[in-house]
Amino acid sequence: MEHRIIDQQLDLLRDKLLLLGGTTEAALERAMRSLTARDSDLAREVLEGDKIIDQMELEIDRFSVEILALQQPAAHDLRFVISVAKITPILERIADHAGSIAEAALILNDEPELKKYIDLPLMADNAAEMLRTALDAFTSEDAAASRRIIEQDKIIDKCYHRVFDELITMMIDNPATTASAAHLLFVAKHLERIGDYVKDICELNVYLTEAAFIKHSPKLEAA
Amino acid sequence: MSKISVSDLNFFYGKAQALHDISIDIQEREIIAFIGPSGCGKSTFIRTLNRMNDTIPIARVEGKVTIDGKNIYEPNTDVVSLRRKVGMVFQKSNPFPKSIFENVAYGIRINGIHKNKADLNERVEKALNDAALLGEVKDRMNTSAFGLSGGQQQRLCIARALAVQPEVILMDEPASALDPIATQKIEELVVELKKQYTIVIVTHNMQQAARVSDRTAFFMLGKLVEVNPTQKMFTNPNEKLTEDYITGRFG
Repeated sequence: MEHRIIDQQLDLLRDKLLLLGGTTEAALERAMRSLTARDSDLAREVLEGDKIIDQMELEIDRFSVEILALQQPAAHDLRFVISVAKITPILERIADHAGSIAEAALILNDEPELKKYIDLPLMADNAAEMLRTALDAFTSEDAAASRRIIEQDKIIDKCYHRVFDELITMMIDNPATTASAAHLLFVAKHLERIGDYVKDICELNVYLTEAAFIKHSPKLEAA
Repeated sequence: MSKISVSDLNFFYGKAQALHDISIDIQEREIIAFIGPSGCGKSTFIRTLNRMNDTIPIARVEGKVTIDGKNIYEPNTDVVSLRRKVGMVFQKSNPFPKSIFENVAYGIRINGIHKNKADLNERVEKALNDAALLGEVKDRMNTSAFGLSGGQQQRLCIARALAVQPEVILMDEPASALDPIATQKIEELVVELKKQYTIVIVTHNMQQAARVSDRTAFFMLGKLVEVNPTQKMFTNPNEKLTEDYITGRFG
């Protein structure tokens, strides 16, 4: 069939999701920059921008329900709408983590710089790259790419453990750093969680393209 | 001003009342779908909009139906020109036992719409094109319409309705006798036609109403229970009866 009524709506739904994805990526990048460049104005902008992301989430929810109710998608179309409806709150949560990083930046930027940030930007770059490629893989319905991205989460996890150990040591050695180090620990945890969320997006892309649920199935993840 | 405005319409077959106090406005270039269980009055109602019920001797109408502000039940109404303005497509395709070309040309000829032979050809081609059929029949215009598939015959009937330049098209179960692919073609066509026409469609198929219409009206036992934007009707209807019907609890 050369053209179906539902196609236009599915395209629009995809566009809305990608716009949310792009906005979330930007929020993460800006939140990290507000921390590393000690730019509190930028941190406040990130927090302000979260309202727009919340609105985007609501709009995608509304539109997904409308497509389900009015177009009765089946098979691949159904999996697509379900995947979008499940990826949307994941993106919103990633943006919330970006907001939390911006909040930490607001506090840390008022304190003397504890240390040069090396591992945290590395973690953030990895997370942002994972998110960008995960959304690309979703757009091109590339399940193999999604599986590769899932593997990348291990790099972020390793980084997190290194940062964790380093900050705990710092707190023990110099208790005066505890408050700032604790905030940095939270930032690291936010980035680690973002990696997990991107994994969830990748699993949903495998569901979309192969109709397979790989969540909680390590064997299928590696297939 | 609404394209069609119905107020306090009651309809009787002899002593039996088939429609009770129907009031509804239909806007220009909208697709409105009528749904409801068999015998709920939706087909009877659609037929009051171009006075098709006049052909039933015991039928009687009370109330007002205006199209472009003019009451079509006024005694001086020209019913032929009304039906030209408000065309109709039926459940079962009913092509004339003539060629494809003649089926579409018929209405143009009897209404004297065309200027000359070339103009007639042009109008027939345009109507077939607008009904998304021209590509499939242009090499066999002079063959019998009965040689077409069911879906093609139904689109031919739509072309025949379009040829006399109506403003409103009434469709009474236009796809109920067709397979899913032919149905999909009709639905796509209906959405396309909305750009130019006001479309009133009666359907047993709730999903069809959901897919194509801007607003949906739910009829039951001759009464209009609810009319609302289709998105609202299928996600959060106002009436419990509507909810029960669209979720399959009865009907």
